[in-house]
Amino acid sequence: MDRGKMLMIATGVIIGGLAVLLVAQGNPGNMGYCIACFLRDTAGALGFHRASAVQYVRPELIGLVIGAFVVAFSTGEFKSRGGSSTFVRFVLGIFMMIGALVFLGCPLRDILRMGGGDLNAVVGLAGFIVGILWGIFFLKRGFNLGAAKSEPTSAGGYVYILTAVLVLGLLLAGINFNPAGGGPLFFSTTAPGSLHAPVWIALGAGVVVGILAQRARLCLSGGFRDFFLIRDTTMLLAYGGLFLTVLILNIYLGKFNLGFANQPIAHTNHIFNFLGLFLVGQCAVLLGGCPLRQMILGSEGDMDAAATVVGMIAGAALAHNFMLASSAKGATYYGEIALIAGIVIVSIIGWAYREVDA
Amino acid sequence: MDILDVRGLSCPLPVLKTKKALEKGCQELEIIGSSKVSRENVSKFATSQGFTVKLVSDQPDEWNIIINK
Repeated sequence: MDRGKMLMIATGVIIGGLAVLLVAQGNPGNMGYCIACFLRDTAGALGFHRASAVQYVRPELIGLVIGAFVVAFSTGEFKSRGGSSTFVRFVLGIFMMIGALVFLGCPLRDILRMGGGDLNAVVGLAGFIVGILWGIFFLKRGFNLGAAKSEPTSAGGYVYILTAVLVLGLLLAGINFNPAGGGPLFFSTTAPGSLHAPVWIALGAGVVVGILAQRARLCLSGGFRDFFLIRDTTMLLAYGGLFLTVLILNIYLGKFNLGFANQPIAHTNHIFNFLGLFLVGQCAVLLGGCPLRQMILGSEGDMDAAATVVGMIAGAALAHNFMLASSAKGATYYGEIALIAGIVIVSIIGWAYREVDA
Repeated sequence: MDILDVRGLSCPLPVLKTKKALEKGCQELEIIGSSKVSRENVSKFATSQGFTVKLVSDQPDEWNIIINK
C-alpha cells in the first residue's frame, strides 16, 4: 500500500480516537464531532435560535478553523477567492443543514453513530450515498456554479478566521450581554447542549482534526463521489479507518449498543433518516464538499465555502425556529415538508445551473 | 493540442472536465488551473489513466500542466 493511502488510514484512526475521547470527556453520545450539530449549538449560544437544549459554543469547530488555517497559511494555500454563485451556495448551505438536522447529524457524525452501533445511521448512510448519486446526475449533465476568482487581498479570509476566534473569546470571557434575557451567550442546562468536554480538550482536538482534515482534503461526499466518478477509493480509506477505530474503542469501553431503538440523539424514522442525509449528499456534491470540507475550505480563504458555512448557521436557526429539526421522538411535520421541498428546490438548482455546451 | 481551463472550479469539476476531454479521444491536453487541490486531483486522475503529467508552470495563483500518452 502506498504512503498516501497509509496516511489516509492514519488520519481516520486519529480522528476516530479523538472522537471517542471527546465523548468520554463529556460530549453527547456518538457526538465526538458533528459539524451540523456543533454549528447549530453555536448558533443557539449566540441567540440565533432559542431551542434551550441545544445552545453552546463548541470549541471543536473553532479549533478546526484555527488548525486548518495554520496549515493552509504555512503551505501557501491560504488565499481569498470567491464569486462562484455565492448566494446559491448560501442557500445550499441552508438546505444541507436542514437535511442534517432532520437526520440528526452530519456525514461525519453518521460514521461515528455507526461505530456506536446505531443502525439508524446505516439507513442514513444509504440515503447519503443515493443523494450523492443524485447530485452526480446533475454534475454529469454539466452542473457548474461557475469559476471563483482570486480576490485582490486576503482580508476576507482573515475576517472569517477572526470571527471564529472572536466567538472563542466570548466563550472564554463568559460575558452575558443580556442577563435579564438569559443571554447571549446562551448555555443549555439540559442535554445535549449541556454535555461537553472541557474547553481546552475540545479546542485542542479540533485543532488536530483541522490540521489533518486540511492535509488529507477530508470529505465524505468527496470519498464516495470520487469512487463513483473515477473509481478512486483513497478518501474512503480514511473513513474506513475512522469507523473501525470508533467501533473497536466503543466495544472496548462497553459503549457499543447495536440496534435502532434508544440510540443517543437519534430517531427511528427510517424514511426521514434516509431522506435527511439524501439531501445532505445532494447538496454536498453540488457544493463540492460535505459540511466538514466547507469548514476547512472557508479556513483556507474560500469565501464561497465561508458563505456556505454561514448558510448552514442560518439553516440551523431556521430549523429550530420553525420546528423543522427532528428530536429523539422523530421528524416533525414541518421538517418533513421542508425536507421534501428542499430536495425539489436543490434539484431545480442542479438543473438550472448546467452549462449548455457540456 | 487542446487547452482545458479549470481555474476557480469547485471539486470535482476539474477532474470531471479532464475525464470528459480524454473520453473524446484526446491524446495530449494542456490544463490550466488555480488551486493546489485541483492540480493534485487532476494529476492523480491523469496518471491513473496511463497519461504522463508534465508540470509546465506552478505559480501561487495558477498552474499549468501538459498530459500525454
